[in-house]
Amino acid sequence: MHHTLITLISLAAALLAGTAAAGPRDDLLAGYAAAARTASPAFAGFSAARGKDLHTRAFAAGKADTPACTSCHGQDPRGPGRTLTGKSIEAMALSVTPARYGDPAKVEKWFKRNCNEVLGRACSAQEKGDWLTYMAGQ
Amino acid sequence: MNIPYRPIALACIALLFSGLVLNRAQAGGGHYYAPVADPMVKEECGSCHLAFAPAMLPASSWRRMMADLGNHFGDDASVDADTAARITRYLVDNAADTGGQRFNDKLMRGVAMNNAPLRITELPRWQREHREVPDWEWRHKEVRSKANCVACHAGAERGYYDD
Ligand code: HEC
Ligand code: HEC
Ligand code: HEC
Repeated sequence: MHHTLITLISLAAALLAGTAAAGPRDDLLAGYAAAARTASPAFAGFSAARGKDLHTRAFAAGKADTPACTSCHGQDPRGPGRTLTGKSIEAMALSVTPARYGDPAKVEKWFKRNCNEVLGRACSAQEKGDWLTYMAGQ
Repeated sequence: MNIPYRPIALACIALLFSGLVLNRAQAGGGHYYAPVADPMVKEECGSCHLAFAPAMLPASSWRRMMADLGNHFGDDASVDADTAARITRYLVDNAADTGGQRFNDKLMRGVAMNNAPLRITELPRWQREHREVPDWEWRHKEVRSKANCVACHAGAERGYYDD
Protein backbone atom coordinates (compact mmCIF):
# COMPACT_ATOMS: atom_id res chain seq x y z
CA MET A 1 0.00 0.00 0.00
CA HIS A 2 2.59 2.48 1.19
CA HIS A 3 4.98 1.35 -1.47
CA THR A 4 2.59 2.02 -4.34
CA LEU A 5 2.02 5.48 -2.89
CA ILE A 6 5.74 6.17 -2.73
CA THR A 7 6.25 4.83 -6.24
CA LEU A 8 3.43 7.04 -7.48
CA ILE A 9 4.87 10.08 -5.76
CA SER A 10 8.37 9.45 -7.08
CA LEU A 11 6.86 8.95 -10.52
CA ALA A 12 4.97 12.23 -10.28
CA ALA A 13 8.10 13.97 -9.04
CA ALA A 14 10.14 12.45 -11.85
CA LEU A 15 7.54 13.58 -14.39
CA LEU A 16 7.52 17.09 -12.94
CA ALA A 17 11.28 17.22 -12.96
CA GLY A 18 11.22 15.66 -16.44
CA THR A 19 12.47 18.55 -18.52
CA ALA A 20 15.15 19.51 -16.01
CA ALA A 21 17.71 17.16 -17.56
CA ALA A 22 19.49 14.98 -14.96
CA GLY A 23 17.09 16.20 -12.27
CA PRO A 24 19.04 17.59 -9.31
CA ARG A 25 15.96 16.87 -7.18
CA ASP A 26 16.19 13.13 -7.84
CA ASP A 27 19.90 13.15 -7.12
CA LEU A 28 19.22 14.94 -3.88
CA LEU A 29 16.61 12.37 -2.83
CA ALA A 30 18.88 9.51 -3.90
CA GLY A 31 21.64 11.00 -1.75
CA TYR A 32 19.36 11.22 1.28
CA ALA A 33 18.18 7.64 0.66
CA ALA A 34 21.76 6.36 0.60
CA ALA A 35 22.57 8.22 3.82
CA ALA A 36 19.38 6.96 5.48
CA ARG A 37 20.25 3.38 4.53
CA THR A 38 23.70 3.77 6.03
CA ALA A 39 22.23 5.18 9.22
CA SER A 40 19.66 2.41 9.52
CA PRO A 41 19.70 -0.85 7.56
CA ALA A 42 15.96 -1.11 8.24
CA PHE A 43 15.31 1.97 6.09
CA ALA A 44 12.48 1.12 3.68
CA GLY A 45 11.97 4.27 1.62
CA PHE A 46 10.64 7.73 2.32
CA SER A 47 7.13 8.43 3.46
CA ALA A 48 5.09 11.50 2.60
CA ALA A 49 2.95 10.85 5.69
CA ARG A 50 6.00 11.09 7.97
CA GLY A 51 7.05 14.19 6.03
CA LYS A 52 3.70 15.79 6.68
CA ASP A 53 3.99 14.98 10.38
CA LEU A 54 7.44 16.60 10.51
CA HIS A 55 6.09 19.65 8.71
CA THR A 56 3.08 20.21 10.97
CA ARG A 57 4.17 18.94 14.39
CA ALA A 58 5.01 21.43 17.15
CA PHE A 59 8.40 20.68 18.71
CA ALA A 60 9.54 21.93 22.09
CA ALA A 61 13.33 21.90 21.70
CA GLY A 62 13.63 24.69 19.13
CA LYS A 63 12.87 28.36 19.43
CA ALA A 64 9.71 29.32 21.27
CA ASP A 65 8.64 31.62 18.42
CA THR A 66 8.86 28.89 15.83
CA PRO A 67 7.66 25.53 17.20
CA ALA A 68 6.83 24.12 13.73
CA CYS A 69 7.79 24.39 10.09
CA THR A 70 4.32 25.79 9.58
CA SER A 71 5.20 28.76 11.86
CA CYS A 72 6.81 30.32 8.81
CA HIS A 73 5.65 28.21 5.90
CA GLY A 74 1.96 28.33 6.84
CA GLN A 75 -0.60 25.58 7.41
CA ASP A 76 -1.25 25.00 3.72
CA PRO A 77 1.81 23.82 1.76
CA ARG A 78 0.18 25.15 -1.40
CA GLY A 79 -0.22 28.62 0.09
CA PRO A 80 2.41 31.27 0.86
CA GLY A 81 4.13 31.58 4.22
CA ARG A 82 5.63 34.46 6.17
CA THR A 83 8.68 34.96 8.36
CA LEU A 84 8.39 36.63 11.76
CA THR A 85 9.96 39.73 10.23
CA GLY A 86 7.15 39.96 7.72
CA LYS A 87 8.79 38.62 4.58
CA SER A 88 6.43 36.49 2.52
CA ILE A 89 7.62 33.03 1.43
CA GLU A 90 6.42 31.34 -1.73
CA ALA A 91 4.49 28.08 -1.33
CA MET A 92 6.62 25.03 -0.56
CA ALA A 93 4.49 22.66 -2.67
CA LEU A 94 6.41 21.76 -5.80
CA SER A 95 3.25 21.95 -7.92
CA VAL A 96 2.78 25.60 -6.94
CA THR A 97 6.45 26.69 -6.98
CA PRO A 98 8.11 24.45 -9.59
CA ALA A 99 11.52 26.08 -9.15
CA ARG A 100 11.83 24.67 -5.63
CA TYR A 101 14.45 22.12 -4.52
CA GLY A 102 16.42 22.39 -7.75
CA ASP A 103 19.51 23.78 -6.03
CA PRO A 104 20.90 21.23 -3.54
CA ALA A 105 23.10 23.82 -1.80
CA LYS A 106 20.06 26.00 -1.15
CA VAL A 107 18.04 23.07 0.16
CA GLU A 108 20.83 22.01 2.51
CA LYS A 109 21.39 25.57 3.71
CA TRP A 110 17.77 25.94 4.72
CA PHE A 111 17.42 22.47 6.24
CA LYS A 112 20.41 23.34 8.43
CA ARG A 113 18.95 26.70 9.52
CA ASN A 114 15.32 25.68 9.85
CA CYS A 115 15.70 22.30 11.53
CA ASN A 116 17.86 23.97 14.15
CA GLU A 117 15.29 26.72 14.53
CA VAL A 118 12.34 24.32 14.93
CA LEU A 119 13.75 21.05 16.35
CA GLY A 120 16.81 22.48 18.06
CA ARG A 121 18.96 19.99 16.15
CA ALA A 122 19.86 18.94 12.61
CA CYS A 123 17.35 16.88 10.64
CA SER A 124 18.36 13.33 9.71
CA ALA A 125 18.66 12.24 6.08
CA GLN A 126 15.47 10.24 6.53
CA GLU A 127 13.58 13.29 7.82
CA LYS A 128 14.82 15.43 4.94
CA GLY A 129 13.80 12.79 2.39
CA ASP A 130 10.38 12.32 3.99
CA TRP A 131 9.78 16.05 4.01
CA LEU A 132 10.88 16.51 0.39
CA THR A 133 8.75 13.56 -0.68
CA TYR A 134 5.76 15.16 1.02
CA MET A 135 6.35 18.52 -0.70
CA ALA A 136 7.01 16.92 -4.08
CA GLY A 137 3.61 15.27 -3.88
CA GLN A 138 1.78 18.42 -2.90
CA MET B 1 45.12 90.95 -9.31
CA ASN B 2 45.21 87.32 -10.24
CA ILE B 3 41.71 85.77 -10.29
CA PRO B 4 41.77 81.96 -9.72
CA TYR B 5 39.35 81.03 -12.51
CA ARG B 6 40.01 77.34 -12.35
CA PRO B 7 39.12 76.73 -8.68
CA ILE B 8 36.04 78.94 -9.05
CA ALA B 9 34.85 77.04 -12.08
CA LEU B 10 35.43 73.75 -10.27
CA ALA B 11 33.53 75.00 -7.23
CA CYS B 12 30.63 76.03 -9.47
CA ILE B 13 30.53 72.63 -11.10
CA ALA B 14 30.65 70.93 -7.72
CA LEU B 15 27.79 73.09 -6.47
CA LEU B 16 25.70 72.42 -9.55
CA PHE B 17 26.35 68.72 -9.23
CA SER B 18 25.39 68.47 -5.58
CA GLY B 19 22.28 70.50 -6.39
CA LEU B 20 21.31 68.01 -9.07
CA VAL B 21 21.92 65.04 -6.83
CA LEU B 22 19.97 66.61 -3.98
CA ASN B 23 17.08 67.38 -6.28
CA ARG B 24 16.98 63.86 -7.52
CA ALA B 25 16.94 62.51 -3.99
CA GLN B 26 14.15 64.88 -3.02
CA ALA B 27 11.99 63.90 -5.96
CA GLY B 28 11.17 60.71 -4.04
CA GLY B 29 9.88 62.68 -1.07
CA GLY B 30 13.31 63.15 0.48
CA HIS B 31 13.35 59.66 1.95
CA TYR B 32 14.75 57.48 -0.74
CA TYR B 33 17.36 54.82 0.03
CA ALA B 34 18.54 52.93 -3.03
CA PRO B 35 17.37 49.32 -2.59
CA VAL B 36 19.77 46.38 -2.95
CA ALA B 37 20.48 45.86 -6.65
CA ASP B 38 22.84 42.86 -6.46
CA PRO B 39 20.85 39.61 -6.99
CA MET B 40 23.09 37.58 -4.68
CA VAL B 41 22.68 40.06 -1.82
CA LYS B 42 18.95 40.18 -2.47
CA GLU B 43 18.75 36.40 -2.27
CA GLU B 44 20.93 35.90 0.80
CA CYS B 45 19.91 38.99 2.78
CA GLY B 46 16.34 39.35 1.58
CA SER B 47 14.76 35.98 2.35
CA CYS B 48 14.09 36.42 6.08
CA HIS B 49 13.37 40.15 5.97
CA LEU B 50 13.53 43.07 3.56
CA ALA B 51 17.02 43.32 2.09
CA PHE B 52 17.91 46.47 4.04
CA ALA B 53 19.35 49.37 2.04
CA PRO B 54 23.14 49.45 2.46
CA ALA B 55 22.99 53.25 2.87
CA MET B 56 21.15 52.83 6.18
CA LEU B 57 24.27 51.76 8.08
CA PRO B 58 27.94 52.75 7.93
CA ALA B 59 30.56 50.45 6.39
CA SER B 60 31.90 49.50 9.83
CA SER B 61 28.46 48.08 10.73
CA TRP B 62 28.28 45.87 7.66
CA ARG B 63 31.80 44.57 8.26
CA ARG B 64 30.96 43.72 11.85
CA MET B 65 27.66 42.06 10.92
CA MET B 66 29.16 40.04 8.09
CA ALA B 67 31.89 38.74 10.38
CA ASP B 68 29.36 36.93 12.58
CA LEU B 69 26.47 35.70 10.41
CA GLY B 70 26.31 32.41 12.30
CA ASN B 71 24.91 34.36 15.22
CA HIS B 72 22.73 36.91 13.46
CA PHE B 73 20.19 38.31 15.96
CA GLY B 74 19.67 34.75 17.20
CA ASP B 75 19.42 33.29 13.68
CA ASP B 76 21.91 31.37 11.59
CA ALA B 77 22.37 33.45 8.43
CA SER B 78 25.77 32.03 7.54
CA VAL B 79 26.89 31.60 3.94
CA ASP B 80 30.08 30.21 2.41
CA ALA B 81 33.22 32.35 2.50
CA ASP B 82 33.15 33.45 -1.16
CA THR B 83 29.53 34.52 -0.93
CA ALA B 84 30.20 36.36 2.31
CA ALA B 85 33.13 38.23 0.74
CA ARG B 86 31.03 39.32 -2.22
CA ILE B 87 28.12 40.46 -0.06
CA THR B 88 30.46 42.34 2.26
CA ARG B 89 32.03 44.16 -0.67
CA TYR B 90 28.64 45.25 -1.99
CA LEU B 91 27.36 46.45 1.39
CA VAL B 92 30.59 48.25 2.27
CA ASP B 93 30.81 49.93 -1.16
CA ASN B 94 27.26 51.28 -0.85
CA ALA B 95 27.21 52.10 2.87
CA ALA B 96 26.06 55.35 4.48
CA ASP B 97 29.61 56.73 4.65
CA THR B 98 30.81 55.43 1.27
CA GLY B 99 28.90 55.06 -2.03
CA GLY B 100 25.49 55.43 -0.41
CA GLN B 101 26.29 58.78 1.21
CA ARG B 102 23.91 60.78 -0.94
CA PHE B 103 20.97 58.66 0.27
CA ASN B 104 21.69 58.57 3.95
CA ASP B 105 19.76 61.74 4.58
CA LYS B 106 19.50 62.40 8.30
CA LEU B 107 19.63 58.79 9.42
CA MET B 108 23.33 59.03 10.28
CA ARG B 109 22.89 62.08 12.50
CA GLY B 110 24.42 61.39 15.89
CA VAL B 111 26.01 58.14 14.70
CA ALA B 112 29.76 57.70 15.04
CA MET B 113 30.66 56.05 11.75
CA ASN B 114 33.23 53.76 13.32
CA ASN B 115 30.90 52.72 16.14
CA ALA B 116 29.38 49.91 14.03
CA PRO B 117 25.76 49.88 15.26
CA LEU B 118 24.07 46.66 14.14
CA ARG B 119 20.47 47.79 14.08
CA ILE B 120 18.94 50.47 11.88
CA THR B 121 16.05 50.49 14.33
CA GLU B 122 18.39 51.60 17.12
CA LEU B 123 19.85 54.61 15.31
CA PRO B 124 18.85 57.76 17.24
CA ARG B 125 17.35 59.35 14.15
CA TRP B 126 15.30 56.26 13.28
CA GLN B 127 13.93 56.22 16.81
CA ARG B 128 13.02 59.89 16.60
CA GLU B 129 11.20 59.41 13.30
CA HIS B 130 9.19 56.59 14.89
CA ARG B 131 8.59 57.92 18.40
CA GLU B 132 4.97 58.75 17.57
CA VAL B 133 4.16 55.24 16.43
CA PRO B 134 1.96 53.88 19.23
CA ASP B 135 2.84 50.73 21.13
CA TRP B 136 -0.14 48.73 19.93
CA GLU B 137 0.92 49.31 16.36
CA TRP B 138 4.32 47.69 16.92
CA ARG B 139 2.58 44.71 18.45
CA HIS B 140 -0.01 44.41 15.67
CA LYS B 141 0.07 40.96 14.13
CA GLU B 142 0.83 42.41 10.72
CA VAL B 143 3.89 44.22 12.12
CA ARG B 144 5.35 42.18 15.01
CA SER B 145 8.88 43.49 14.48
CA LYS B 146 10.32 46.96 14.06
CA ALA B 147 12.46 45.52 11.30
CA ASN B 148 9.31 44.75 9.29
CA CYS B 149 9.57 48.07 7.43
CA VAL B 150 7.28 46.88 4.60
CA ALA B 151 4.31 46.56 6.95
CA CYS B 152 4.13 50.36 7.21
CA HIS B 153 6.23 51.59 4.27
CA ALA B 154 4.59 50.03 1.25
CA GLY B 155 7.37 51.37 -1.01
CA ALA B 156 10.27 50.05 1.09
CA GLU B 157 11.23 47.33 -1.42
CA ARG B 158 11.69 50.11 -3.97
CA GLY B 159 13.52 52.37 -1.51
CA TYR B 160 10.74 54.79 -0.51
CA TYR B 161 9.97 55.55 3.13
CA ASP B 162 7.73 58.58 2.82
CA ASP B 163 4.38 57.00 3.66
C1 HEC C 1 11.80 31.11 10.86
C2 HEC C 1 11.03 30.85 9.65
C3 HEC C 1 11.12 29.44 9.05
C4 HEC C 1 10.83 28.24 9.66
C5 HEC C 1 10.35 28.01 11.10
C6 HEC C 1 11.05 27.22 8.67
N1 HEC C 1 11.46 27.78 7.50
FE1 HEC C 1 12.02 26.78 5.80
N2 HEC C 1 12.48 28.56 4.91
C7 HEC C 1 12.32 29.81 5.47
C8 HEC C 1 12.79 30.83 4.55
C9 HEC C 1 12.79 32.34 4.79
C10 HEC C 1 13.23 30.14 3.39
C11 HEC C 1 13.87 30.75 2.13
C12 HEC C 1 12.86 31.44 1.28
C13 HEC C 1 12.42 30.67 0.10
O1 HEC C 1 13.05 29.67 -0.26
O2 HEC C 1 11.40 31.06 -0.48
C14 HEC C 1 13.03 28.72 3.66
C15 HEC C 1 13.38 27.71 2.78
C16 HEC C 1 13.31 26.36 3.05
C17 HEC C 1 13.81 25.32 2.19
C18 HEC C 1 14.51 25.53 0.84
C19 HEC C 1 13.49 25.62 -0.27
C20 HEC C 1 14.09 25.62 -1.65
O3 HEC C 1 13.44 26.19 -2.54
O4 HEC C 1 15.17 25.08 -1.86
C21 HEC C 1 13.59 24.13 2.82
C22 HEC C 1 13.98 22.75 2.32
C23 HEC C 1 12.92 24.44 4.08
N3 HEC C 1 12.75 25.80 4.20
C24 HEC C 1 12.51 23.48 4.98
C25 HEC C 1 11.97 23.77 6.23
C26 HEC C 1 11.63 22.75 7.21
C27 HEC C 1 11.79 21.25 7.02
C28 HEC C 1 11.17 23.41 8.32
C29 HEC C 1 10.74 22.82 9.65
C30 HEC C 1 11.68 21.89 10.26
C31 HEC C 1 11.23 24.84 8.02
N4 HEC C 1 11.71 25.01 6.75
C32 HEC C 1 10.89 25.85 8.91
C33 HEC C 1 11.85 30.08 6.72
C34 HEC C 1 11.50 29.14 7.68
C1 HEC D 1 17.87 33.17 8.48
C2 HEC D 1 17.21 34.44 8.47
C3 HEC D 1 18.05 35.68 8.17
C4 HEC D 1 18.91 35.89 7.13
C5 HEC D 1 19.28 34.93 6.03
C6 HEC D 1 19.40 37.26 7.28
N1 HEC D 1 18.84 37.85 8.39
FE1 HEC D 1 19.13 39.77 8.99
N2 HEC D 1 17.90 39.44 10.60
C7 HEC D 1 17.26 38.25 10.88
C8 HEC D 1 16.52 38.38 12.12
C9 HEC D 1 15.69 37.31 12.80
C10 HEC D 1 16.72 39.72 12.56
C11 HEC D 1 16.14 40.39 13.80
C12 HEC D 1 14.78 40.94 13.40
C13 HEC D 1 14.00 41.54 14.53
O1 HEC D 1 14.56 42.23 15.36
O2 HEC D 1 12.77 41.34 14.54
C14 HEC D 1 17.58 40.36 11.57
C15 HEC D 1 18.00 41.69 11.63
C16 HEC D 1 18.82 42.31 10.70
C17 HEC D 1 19.22 43.70 10.77
C18 HEC D 1 18.81 44.71 11.83
C19 HEC D 1 17.41 45.23 11.62
C20 HEC D 1 17.08 46.33 12.58
O3 HEC D 1 16.47 46.05 13.63
O4 HEC D 1 17.45 47.47 12.31
C21 HEC D 1 20.03 43.93 9.70
C22 HEC D 1 20.68 45.25 9.32
C23 HEC D 1 20.15 42.67 8.98
N3 HEC D 1 19.39 41.71 9.60
C24 HEC D 1 20.94 42.49 7.85
C25 HEC D 1 21.09 41.26 7.18
C26 HEC D 1 22.03 41.03 6.12
C27 HEC D 1 23.02 42.05 5.58
C28 HEC D 1 21.86 39.74 5.73
C29 HEC D 1 22.62 38.98 4.63
C30 HEC D 1 24.00 38.72 4.87
C31 HEC D 1 20.82 39.15 6.56
N4 HEC D 1 20.39 40.10 7.43
C32 HEC D 1 20.33 37.84 6.44
C33 HEC D 1 17.28 37.11 10.12
C34 HEC D 1 18.01 36.91 8.96
C1 HEC E 1 4.66 50.30 12.67
C2 HEC E 1 4.89 51.02 11.44
C3 HEC E 1 6.33 51.30 11.00
C4 HEC E 1 7.37 50.40 10.83
C5 HEC E 1 7.36 48.89 11.10
C6 HEC E 1 8.49 51.15 10.31
N1 HEC E 1 8.14 52.46 10.15
FE1 HEC E 1 9.31 53.95 9.38
N2 HEC E 1 7.85 55.30 9.79
C7 HEC E 1 6.59 55.02 10.29
C8 HEC E 1 5.87 56.26 10.50
C9 HEC E 1 4.43 56.37 11.02
C10 HEC E 1 6.74 57.30 10.11
C11 HEC E 1 6.50 58.79 10.14
C12 HEC E 1 5.66 59.12 8.94
C13 HEC E 1 6.17 60.27 8.16
O1 HEC E 1 6.75 61.17 8.74
O2 HEC E 1 6.01 60.23 6.93
C14 HEC E 1 7.97 56.66 9.66
C15 HEC E 1 9.07 57.37 9.16
C16 HEC E 1 10.20 56.76 8.62
C17 HEC E 1 11.27 57.47 7.97
C18 HEC E 1 11.32 58.96 7.74
C19 HEC E 1 10.46 59.28 6.58
C20 HEC E 1 9.80 60.63 6.67
O3 HEC E 1 9.05 60.95 5.73
O4 HEC E 1 9.99 61.34 7.66
C21 HEC E 1 12.19 56.55 7.57
C22 HEC E 1 13.49 56.79 6.81
C23 HEC E 1 11.69 55.25 8.00
N3 HEC E 1 10.48 55.42 8.62
C24 HEC E 1 12.37 54.06 7.81
C25 HEC E 1 11.94 52.85 8.32
C26 HEC E 1 12.71 51.62 8.24
C27 HEC E 1 14.08 51.48 7.57
C28 HEC E 1 11.97 50.65 8.84
C29 HEC E 1 12.36 49.19 9.06
C30 HEC E 1 13.68 48.95 9.61
C31 HEC E 1 10.74 51.27 9.32
N4 HEC E 1 10.76 52.60 8.99
C32 HEC E 1 9.72 50.59 9.98
C33 HEC E 1 6.10 53.77 10.57
C34 HEC E 1 6.83 52.60 10.57
